[in-house]
Amino acid sequence: MYSDKVMDHFTNPRNVGDIKDADGIGEVGNAKCGDIMKMYIKVEDNIIKDIKFKTFGCGAAIATSSIATEMVIGKTIDEALKITNNAVVEALGGLPHEKVHCSVLAEQAIKAAIDDYMAKK
Amino acid sequence: MERKYFDYSATTPVDSEVLNEMLPYFNNDFGNPSSVYSYGRDSKKAIENARYKIAKLINADAREIFFTGGGTESDNWAIKGIAIALKNKGNHIITSSIEHHAVLHSCKYLEKHGFRVTYLPVDKYGLISLEDLKSEINDRTILITIMFANNEIGTIQPIKEIGKIAKENNIYFHTDGVQAIGNTVIDVKDMNIDLLSISAHKIYGPKGIGALYIKKGIKIDPIIHGGAQERKKRAGTENVPGIVGFGKAAEIAYNNLDKNIQDLTNLRDKLIKGIFDNIDYVILNGHPHNRLPGNVNISFQFIEGEALLLSLDMVGICGSSGSACTSGTLDPSHVLLAIGLSHEIAHGSLRLSIGKYTKEEDIDYLLQELPKIIKRLRNMSPLYEKVKGGE
Ligand SMILES: Cc1ncc(COP(=O)(O)O)c(C=O)c1O
Ligand SMILES: [Zn+2]
Repeated sequence: MYSDKVMDHFTNPRNVGDIKDADGIGEVGNAKCGDIMKMYIKVEDNIIKDIKFKTFGCGAAIATSSIATEMVIGKTIDEALKITNNAVVEALGGLPHEKVHCSVLAEQAIKAAIDDYMAKK
Repeated sequence: MERKYFDYSATTPVDSEVLNEMLPYFNNDFGNPSSVYSYGRDSKKAIENARYKIAKLINADAREIFFTGGGTESDNWAIKGIAIALKNKGNHIITSSIEHHAVLHSCKYLEKHGFRVTYLPVDKYGLISLEDLKSEINDRTILITIMFANNEIGTIQPIKEIGKIAKENNIYFHTDGVQAIGNTVIDVKDMNIDLLSISAHKIYGPKGIGALYIKKGIKIDPIIHGGAQERKKRAGTENVPGIVGFGKAAEIAYNNLDKNIQDLTNLRDKLIKGIFDNIDYVILNGHPHNRLPGNVNISFQFIEGEALLLSLDMVGICGSSGSACTSGTLDPSHVLLAIGLSHEIAHGSLRLSIGKYTKEEDIDYLLQELPKIIKRLRNMSPLYEKVKGGE
């Protein structure tokens, strides 16, 4: 039911882990709604130099976290804020309809990490 | 890659002995059992032979067995058929909150048509309380329908005691025995069961064939109307190969019942112990020993069930989960919530169900792969990080 791209990102997720001295941390979701996603970012000169994630969730949630980190790395803060849920799903080659709700957290987690960075700055 | 099947509660492969008995009824002996010529008579005979074998497995009379299109139809028929037949006597039905959807949705349907349904809660093991049951009975109660054994957590209810209560109160007792049959002793007489739903594909028979045991003298309306088949209670040309297969499967189940229970129990306990010995933060769902011999249901904290199933599938292991992400809805299984699990723990549930073709090596293989998978997923989980302090 999942595309090869989704399975690739689920099996070999990119950028899993945490950043000890992160400049921003965002955590979204809760177990009741299904998934929890946490993103750590490292920012230099307004550019996201590094990003890591941890996700409690299904295959779709893990794969969207993974590809979203790839899409964000090297982007400016403004560019990163423009990444939408749709763009993430598209980059994965689509998701089964009933799985789209599992993917919305990636966009939110990135925004939350950036908010945290801005607040700390 | 060899596939290791741990989902016998979902369905089972057709036993080759069963298949061989079925095959002639597709072409050589294809006659319609309602016809008078010899082809028809042979089919009729085959049906009656199967009926007898199924009756024997549950200690019923062959005339009390009625073939249906599966467990779902049997549940629908028992509940709606009794409700309509007794609607002038009362409108109240008692069931449990952990029934299969075939029962729950039949009850919901009746609620839309003026019936009242009580959904008994269960304790943390999935057992109903007999005191609750007694206190919910009133003079409008026409049916108690409580499943024999649960398909997700394997818990076996005190069926004989429920049957006794039903009998003392003159209320019909239906039980969904789809998971129980072939895996535990069912004696409809000793247990005072009035109606019992069973299905062939859980006992190495074909899919799409089941039966409803209806005790002699019980008042029930048909829900499938048409020809005079099944003594005018269930219309439609009989699924002769299916019925023959069901009969053979029941015969094999009867002959091997004790051994099957013993073998599965040993493997099941080895599997449970192996998981508890090798993985921490695990919870056994269901009753520690009042459970189906082939059922293991375990929650792995901090991870989600669908991700677990995908990972197991990649190493050839087939299982199932009660996670919301596998159900296509936003809620985890109603059974896991009913036994009091939080959403988070329910999300991390894994059901492994074993059967007569499960080998000890299969369990060893699972016990070798599972800890690695759990570790990988936990290392990705923000919930585990909190417990382990970011290890
Ligand atoms: C407890 C229970 N009841 C009913 C059913 C439905 O049976 P069938 O698949 O034959 O319609 C099942 C099978 O999933 C079951 O496990
Ligand atoms: Zn999901």
